[in-house]
Amino acid sequence: MASLKFNNVYLNDWITISGPLESNSSLKKIDLKMDDYYFGEKTFEKAETKMQKVVIDKIIEKNKLEESDIDLLIGGDLLNQISATNYAAIDKPISLLGVYSACATFPESLIVGAMFLNNSSIKKVIGVTSSHNLTAERQFRFPIEYGTPRPHTSTFTATAGISTLLSKEEKKVKIESATIGKVTELGINDANNLGAVMAPAAAKTLYEHLNDLKRSPDYYDLILTGDLGCVGGSIFKEYCSLRYNLKLKKHLDAGCELYLKSQETYAGGSGPSCLPLVLFNKILENKKYKKILIIGTGALHSQTFVNQKSPIPAIAHAVSLEVI
Amino acid sequence: MSKDEYQKLVKRMSPKEPKFRNALVAFLVGGSVGFIGEVIVNILMNSFGLARVDSYAWLAFILILLATFMTAIGKFDNLVSKAKCGLIIPTTGFAHSIQSAALDYKKDGFVTGIGSNVFKLAGSVILYGIVSAFLLVLLKVVLYG
Repeated sequence: MASLKFNNVYLNDWITISGPLESNSSLKKIDLKMDDYYFGEKTFEKAETKMQKVVIDKIIEKNKLEESDIDLLIGGDLLNQISATNYAAIDKPISLLGVYSACATFPESLIVGAMFLNNSSIKKVIGVTSSHNLTAERQFRFPIEYGTPRPHTSTFTATAGISTLLSKEEKKVKIESATIGKVTELGINDANNLGAVMAPAAAKTLYEHLNDLKRSPDYYDLILTGDLGCVGGSIFKEYCSLRYNLKLKKHLDAGCELYLKSQETYAGGSGPSCLPLVLFNKILENKKYKKILIIGTGALHSQTFVNQKSPIPAIAHAVSLEVI
Repeated sequence: MSKDEYQKLVKRMSPKEPKFRNALVAFLVGGSVGFIGEVIVNILMNSFGLARVDSYAWLAFILILLATFMTAIGKFDNLVSKAKCGLIIPTTGFAHSIQSAALDYKKDGFVTGIGSNVFKLAGSVILYGIVSAFLLVLLKVVLYG
């Protein structure tokens, strides 16, 4: 069993920065905007690093803290060796713990951060994550300008950076409990249908979370999956009902919620920044949700393994949040 | 639920690609590229007095120039998303595959970036183009001497 309950761990604040397409999407409130994908840098990779730097600096400034007040920085991104995070932390006098679960990196950073706050002398943690459409395309797919026709099951990596401030101070959102997921693989090796790859992982984590904590899906005002997309989201619901007999009435998928239909992103958004972006700038802006279960979903796909015809493994981590 | 059952579920719930429509668009766009090509060849032959063989060489040059120009100003990928494979299969697509890789890796250095990645997509076309040309010539020699 890998479900944990936390005492007095809170998500005190968050800062998001969003790319050009995301700034004009369905989001209700935007903290910081990027006018273009370069963000004043020479390369997209440097732009992603700058996005992380900006959100870290901004959250420290906004909360009237000093860098030395932060005990630990926990973060990750999609680039090899989580480079954006490592480069962003170069000039920071803060200890860094890199984490990676592909697009489930955000809930993983919350879980690890909450564990430290609960069980050690660490008092303030910043979590950071980002994704950049063009750095991800370059790493996982074709050259950017190639623009090969994409199938309707494919998702679009969101461009955004997110920082979160975690501490024991009772403010804003309580991190109530969490479930660490298990790697799941059901034989799908289509890198253009990652929603289908990740849906069983999300369903398994949800089932184990509800089982471990003896809850029903109705306990939550909203179950928000990370980036299954519109196609993966409906597969997830169907799979939950067929495999685990769970009927989900209050489920949304952040990937499916992010973009407008006119933005032609096919099945919706993806990337580690997709879930926190929608959670902070859309869901939490809507005050009716108090108890929210977020399930970050990551397709742990490597181009080498996919080329060698291996199915893609997936993981999902769940975190239960309570708005104060 | 077994893997087979899950794959069936995924297949049932994933949207179908409009294959017929895509093929029709590709046919029309690809055909138009061919038509424009033929017009250019005729202009070259009639107005510039070039031989047919030379006109084809000039035609390839003109189409490649146009395609790479569109790629360079960042418009070719937008056209591809509308025209589907109608622009990818003709020589315009080949030029675009080289140009887009070159643009993508230009900041990674001349050798480690452009040099080693420029044929990332086009490499397969060149390799299997040469192999199939060799096999066809072999077949021709065997059959017709």
